[in-house]
Amino acid sequence: MKRFTAWRRRPWAGYAVVLAALAAIGAIYAGFSPQTDRAEAANAAQAAQDLQNGRQLFNNNCASCHGLNAEGTKDAKGKPIAPSLIGVGAASVDFQVATGRMPAMNPGAQMPRKKPIPAFDTSIKTDYAEPEKREAAEKQKAEAEKNLADLREYITSLGGGPAVPPASAVDPKGGDVALGGKLFRTNCAQCHNFTGQGGALTGGKYAPPLSESDVTPTQIYEAMLTGPQAMPVFNDTTLTPKDKQAIIAYLVQTREEPNPGGNGLGRIGPVSEGLVGWLVGIGLMVLAAMWITAKKPKKLKKS
Amino acid sequence: MSDETNETAGPARPHGEGGKPERVIGTPAGGQPLLGGGAEDEYPAPAGAGEELDEKSAKNAERAVAAFFLLSFVASVVFIAYFIGWSGRNGGMHGVLRARESNFWLGGMMALSFLAMAVGVTIWVRRLMTSRPIVQERHEFVATEEVRAGFAQDFMEGAADSGITKRPLLRRTLLLAAAPLGLAPLVLLRDLGPLPEKRLRSTFWADAVEKAHKQGKKGVRLVVDGTNRPLKVSDFSTPGAMITVLPEGIEHDLPETEVLTQTAKAVTILINVPADQFKPAKGRENWHVNGIVAYSKICTHVGCPAALYEQTTHHILCPCHQSTFDATDAAKVVFGPAARPLPQLPLAVEDGYLVATSDYHEPIGPSFWERG
Amino acid sequence: MSETTAPKAVEGTLGFLDERLGSTTFFKRNVKKVFPDHWSFMLGEIALYSFVILLLTGTFLTLWFKPSMLEVVYEGSYTKLNGVKMSEAYASTLHISFDVRGGLLMRQIHHWAAILFMASIIAHMLRVFFTGAYRKPRELNWLIGIGMFTLGMLEGLFGYSLPDDLLSGTGLRITQGVAEAIPLVGTYVYMFLFGGEFPGQDIVPRLFTLHVLLIPGIILGLVTAHMMIMWHQKHTAMPTQKQTEDQVYGYPFYPVFMAKTGAYFLFTFGVLALLGAFAQINPIWLFGPYDPGAISSASQPDWYMGVLEGSLRLMPNWEITAVGHTLSLNVLIPALVPLGIVFGGAAAWPFLEQWVTGDKRLHNVNDRPRNAPVRTGIGMAAVTFYGLLWVAGANDVVAERFHVSLFATTWFFRVAIFVGPVLAYIITKRMCLGLQRSDAATIDHGVESGIIMMSPDGRYSERHEPARPEERHVILSKENARAERPAVDANGVPAPGSKGPVGHLRSRLNQAWNFDDVPIEDNGHDHGHDEVEGGKETKQISH
Repeated sequence: MKRFTAWRRRPWAGYAVVLAALAAIGAIYAGFSPQTDRAEAANAAQAAQDLQNGRQLFNNNCASCHGLNAEGTKDAKGKPIAPSLIGVGAASVDFQVATGRMPAMNPGAQMPRKKPIPAFDTSIKTDYAEPEKREAAEKQKAEAEKNLADLREYITSLGGGPAVPPASAVDPKGGDVALGGKLFRTNCAQCHNFTGQGGALTGGKYAPPLSESDVTPTQIYEAMLTGPQAMPVFNDTTLTPKDKQAIIAYLVQTREEPNPGGNGLGRIGPVSEGLVGWLVGIGLMVLAAMWITAKKPKKLKKS
Repeated sequence: MSDETNETAGPARPHGEGGKPERVIGTPAGGQPLLGGGAEDEYPAPAGAGEELDEKSAKNAERAVAAFFLLSFVASVVFIAYFIGWSGRNGGMHGVLRARESNFWLGGMMALSFLAMAVGVTIWVRRLMTSRPIVQERHEFVATEEVRAGFAQDFMEGAADSGITKRPLLRRTLLLAAAPLGLAPLVLLRDLGPLPEKRLRSTFWADAVEKAHKQGKKGVRLVVDGTNRPLKVSDFSTPGAMITVLPEGIEHDLPETEVLTQTAKAVTILINVPADQFKPAKGRENWHVNGIVAYSKICTHVGCPAALYEQTTHHILCPCHQSTFDATDAAKVVFGPAARPLPQLPLAVEDGYLVATSDYHEPIGPSFWERG
Repeated sequence: MSETTAPKAVEGTLGFLDERLGSTTFFKRNVKKVFPDHWSFMLGEIALYSFVILLLTGTFLTLWFKPSMLEVVYEGSYTKLNGVKMSEAYASTLHISFDVRGGLLMRQIHHWAAILFMASIIAHMLRVFFTGAYRKPRELNWLIGIGMFTLGMLEGLFGYSLPDDLLSGTGLRITQGVAEAIPLVGTYVYMFLFGGEFPGQDIVPRLFTLHVLLIPGIILGLVTAHMMIMWHQKHTAMPTQKQTEDQVYGYPFYPVFMAKTGAYFLFTFGVLALLGAFAQINPIWLFGPYDPGAISSASQPDWYMGVLEGSLRLMPNWEITAVGHTLSLNVLIPALVPLGIVFGGAAAWPFLEQWVTGDKRLHNVNDRPRNAPVRTGIGMAAVTFYGLLWVAGANDVVAERFHVSLFATTWFFRVAIFVGPVLAYIITKRMCLGLQRSDAATIDHGVESGIIMMSPDGRYSERHEPARPEERHVILSKENARAERPAVDANGVPAPGSKGPVGHLRSRLNQAWNFDDVPIEDNGHDHGHDEVEGGKETKQISH
């Protein structure tokens, strides 16, 4: 949190955010939106090839748990190991894979957010000074974006489901932040905390923090739409895309807002405040008391 | 010092008691320090030291103290200068960024000013004040026997003179007069609030349903808290969905001062439990719509909104004290301090919209004595 | 130094006052009043000065705060909340934070001062308890202190509730739930407190009056009484060489103590300004206005209410419904019992201890905590009890930060709350007795000098030097336990105070208090021993 706060106050942070947003928009336009010229131009052979690539990626990375036909698997007692992916839709795939939750490495109480595996890592660094290095990185990134797009395409082909939201729907600037605040506090804060710092659920599960900038507006939207893991679903007919955009606007504005009162102490409320009061407040006062009352001989003139 | 040894037992007197007060001023430290290099030693003066401060050291200390006082002065001046000269620019302080700047400068300078002065005074005391530690007697505050006896006598004389001991009628009627006087102010507090009556037993759902019935409808629509959008069954058809709802009209049919109070009772959590996992309770078989259920959002423990729904376990958790309810099983308590399930709101479908067909069948929220 | 007359201005004022009040006699008697010096004696001053700062900053805040629950639509400089419906109380708190210059700073200092006020009272009370400074004649001041802390809790809760943000509203909601659970009159208390149903329109103005007028007034009165009693009785002293029961040794009030305490006031203000400037507290603009349907994870009260929060969380869901009435033990027990045990116990303690030990003498010199193992052990047990409940009040934050199961933390605390204090008592008492033994060894053997000696037959030993007099004095300040008189003397007459079951209990408790005491005797020889270590058993330990 603090690292992030410091980061976004740097002069280049604004540009970085813009660049990231542009990249995200580019990525979405490049692959997923059927309305784009590219998609229209793509001939059937290309589409089939993409689907084949998606299937291949699925078989390599996902099928071991989700089953060869994405129907889900169960253990010997009939307890589900991994859910069926038929009908979960592109939004779910995009969320799970782009946040690194899938493929899962060691199943615990909950899949943690982590760096996506290289084949799907669309967030790699490309701003190298050396042209060849940059080119290689850009190529790798494009590859990852294509892979992700193909995988989404493949899963969608199995049974439809919610699509990835268009960039315009997740633009924080377009949201009604006052409404977003109200909706966030009523429907999200009980798990994710006032300011999106996250919180505990039962059984070692947790609501992850939303306060880091790598939680992108698209991912927030997708999470509401698909309800990953323990999170409930807020589909587009319950919280309309406009409501979701309002929530995104509130969250992004809140996390980018500096703390007027000094260090935010993690923005988690009275627990950290009490700790600081005791450790820093009482600590400093005790040091002062010890200094004031410390016995030290005065330097006296030799008689 | 009262020195009555107790009848039964008690710790012995401390050692070395009754010794003469020790001469203090200028007492040289006794013996060679063995532990802690003299830290134990109280206010020692180096051997052969005189009564006056070493002038060179004192001068240094004086300079240090003065420097801190000057620093404090400068900080206060900056505080005032910032406030007058800079904080009010462009129409005054408004908004987060300017509040941050103002807090930083005003607070920082205030802290610097106080702390510098504190440090200065501390150095002054420690290095420059030549007062010596002194000894004072602790005086006994217990009155002597004669004084006590004298007072007792005066007291009884006064009582006798006043006649209060001789005239019990006076005494009793005075007490009688005082008793209701003490109670009178309590009566005044009666108008602090209305009596509970039946207030806690119904919510705005009852009013709203009644209004709907009068219009020949089956029930009142559920609207999303925050957007006031009425919900159709098809709108809420995704399993695992959750949303906070209110009765339609709560915002407009009520006087403004009543809205929050009624919301605090009517607020409801709507959950779509996968139909195959839903176990409707006896007598409530038709209270849900394909696994869409509505429970009161107000926890039955002490009234926080129990809003934390996990779609994997179907648990509803209250974030305040972690009472946990099972959404598939009539919101039965599975963990935590709450004793009763969350009350359930009977749902139905009308024109494709989700409606509530009656109020909660029991009082919502925390338990109370008359609840039964 | 040889000046005998004060400057004219001072002389004139003194004369003016003296002729009307006879004040100079008082000044003369008190100007050099002795204050013993120890860092821990200043903990209470933090509370005093925090209170002064609370009054100052609080007055500043009232100039803009509107204690009203009237609903308004915010249009102000915190743009994120523009167009949001909120109470005037919340809107005016936003105004103080974002439009009044220095308003945010004063709010933050006020809140930090409240936290420091309560924390320093606890720290001060612990010092007083563990050194036995509450003993006769100071029981009254001990009780006043407990009263002030209890009032401070209420005062803090009410202040926390005033801005009408989501967090404070949640606190009020819980307060309402607890009030409602009171048997028989609960719903009446609830209705009368809120002027109707929650949240209503009245609660903020009512709490405001209590918060700014009634409770601080009472606290101010108690502070004054506390100080006057302390001044009159003179401060206790640590058991050092120059302190006796009849005399106090230390620096004169004027100029030394005055300067020290002045510096400490400045430190308090400085530290609070530092916190106010650099550590954000209670950012109500992030919490949003109160909305009865909304809640945040990690909704906690300020630290001093954490104990209640923790006990509410740990309590199993016991509720009795019989003959048409409901008794919410799941609310009543946690609301009353833990704090009742800690504060009721603390209030009764001085008298209980007096009764058990039979020690009715005045005490002006403090005990070393090791020399009263039962007291120190019970104190640590209470600290553990309180501390566990306190942490339990943040069990969700613990579960989240350390990724442990939420219910597992609850179960851990449910068990620890019973086991922890017992363990703390046993361990503390053992440690005290160990320290007593080491003290006894120091008196008997002296301290190691670091000089190795070889005896004629070739054995090596370390020479022991007698401890310095200061150190010996501190160690010998211990009062050794004295054997309880036999319950029945040689003639078969029962000893007074040991008759009946109560007397029996008393003498049992007395025995528990004393039985494993390690007596430390001044054996008179000031020379060191130079036997081989362990060559001679130091003390017979009376078990």
